[in-house]
Amino acid sequence: MNDVLVVAEHRRGKMRDVTFEALHKARAVARENGGAVVAALLGKDCANLAGKLKDYADRVLLVDSSDFENYNAEPYLAALTGLISQHKPRLVLIAHSASGMDLAPALAIRLKAPLVTDCMDFHFDGDRLKAKRSCYGGKIEALVTVKPAPLYILTVRPGSFPAEPLQPAQGEIVPCPPPSLANLRNRTFIQYTEAEVADVDIAAADILVSVGRGIGKPENIPIAQELADALNSPLSCSRPVADQKWLSKTRQVGSSGKTVKPKIYLAIGISGAFQHQAGMRGSDTIIAINKDPRAPIFKIAHYGIVDDLFKITPVLTRKIRELV
Amino acid sequence: MNIVVCVKNVPEVAEEELEINDEGADVEREELGFAINEWDNYAVEEAVRIKEALGGKVTVVTIGNDDDEDVLRRSLAMGADEAILVDGEDLAGVDASAVSLILSRVLKPLEFDLALCGAQAADDGFGQVGVALAERLNLPYASLVTAARVGAGKITVDRELESGMYETVELGLPALLTIQSGINEPRYVSIMGIRKARNAEIKNLSLDDLDLSEDDVRGTANWFESVEMSLPPEGEGAEILSGSLDEICARAAAIIKEKGGLG
Repeated sequence: MNDVLVVAEHRRGKMRDVTFEALHKARAVARENGGAVVAALLGKDCANLAGKLKDYADRVLLVDSSDFENYNAEPYLAALTGLISQHKPRLVLIAHSASGMDLAPALAIRLKAPLVTDCMDFHFDGDRLKAKRSCYGGKIEALVTVKPAPLYILTVRPGSFPAEPLQPAQGEIVPCPPPSLANLRNRTFIQYTEAEVADVDIAAADILVSVGRGIGKPENIPIAQELADALNSPLSCSRPVADQKWLSKTRQVGSSGKTVKPKIYLAIGISGAFQHQAGMRGSDTIIAINKDPRAPIFKIAHYGIVDDLFKITPVLTRKIRELV
Repeated sequence: MNIVVCVKNVPEVAEEELEINDEGADVEREELGFAINEWDNYAVEEAVRIKEALGGKVTVVTIGNDDDEDVLRRSLAMGADEAILVDGEDLAGVDASAVSLILSRVLKPLEFDLALCGAQAADDGFGQVGVALAERLNLPYASLVTAARVGAGKITVDRELESGMYETVELGLPALLTIQSGINEPRYVSIMGIRKARNAEIKNLSLDDLDLSEDDVRGTANWFESVEMSLPPEGEGAEILSGSLDEICARAAAIIKEKGGLG
């Protein structure tokens, strides 16, 4: 069978966009190889979510049980092992997200299936699967060729495909019995918590000056702060700066931090890993300063300065002050 | 509380212009500096902190060649007690399934309460080995952990989700965690510390010792046939500003003004 099965990801009653993106691509693959698009939805009281999947999939396998109210690897693994063994898709797509990264590697081992993670694109080439991904912090592209196998599992990078249906569908909802949850390993979901409250809402700013790993050490932060002050903008950052506590986590732009869409986003010493891009690519004008001409940030920036940020930033600050 | 931490030596690429090697299967590593994978460094720190609070020992494991001993010695200098090096001289290019198989054979005979891995590696970025290892060892696990609190026979952890959201999860021990960056502030490693660790004993294991053949690892357990790497095209997308320092900055300031950035 050449079916493509997409594991639907939802949280607190809302389907996550990456599910629709994966379904879009699933349709393209199914069309090319002659198979059906199948969605697997594990949840509690989730008829409305199943309804959304019908527009994309030929079949929606629905396991509706209180054990699936929140994502938990153990019941998910039990349920998906059963559904996949029974329905035998050729390809399973899972989001490359906090849940998908938690689920897919264990599922692949359990089903003795190959797994390629964080895929930006993929296709079948005869009896092999080829998947495109990036590595080395987004600086290198890699094409992985996977050996022939009866089942492949991929995790799909969010934002890689359109979220609209490729073609209209009127999927059938197929209720499936919940799996046996005996002998599960001891993991319990306790609760969700929200991020700490921010001193400044970076998402509300018209202009953002954002610093990355290139700033080097906390003593250098004032160089960027002066530019931010000249522009009357808050200072934000990429993950490594927040990880090292040089700036507060509430100032982090990216998929695990804030999504921002200012008029102007100034990326200083940020190489532009995909998780960062996910949080700022909607900015009207992106200006990047980085000394590596191949830094991925230049792919999505509108203007780039390929030079040492310690040379550029003070001069730029002076020029801004002259214009204000 | 005995803890095992899996670590990896990776090239430092943040400030480097990379080139592809002759085989096209990886970057040219000859000129690059190497260091412990950032996520693994957080994992070692977390393990040492738990040990300091509760007692026990920390064992670090890596797969690699003699040069990769450096990450073990650095981890010993941070406070780890024992180190294991699996000879992986010829294992470049195998997938996470194969790597997790090797690690599972290393960990199986060890007595531990907690196994830690970095959530992903800075080089290939699959983010896969830790969770695959948990499955092979049949351990409860949680990935992308940003806080861990040890209780009686259990561990409570926070997992980082998207958009500033976290979830709290409880696991029975023994368990495996993959550690997200930023979970702690890793200590600095002094020259003295590394010097002291220079003479520490490192246990060497071959695939043979683990009852594995090259064919098991490269063949049966490994699904990757090939990996072809390429450089993305240079300067694609952005208009690169050129001229003297003064001209470039004047132009950038003018763009900021024009696009509405000055009030």
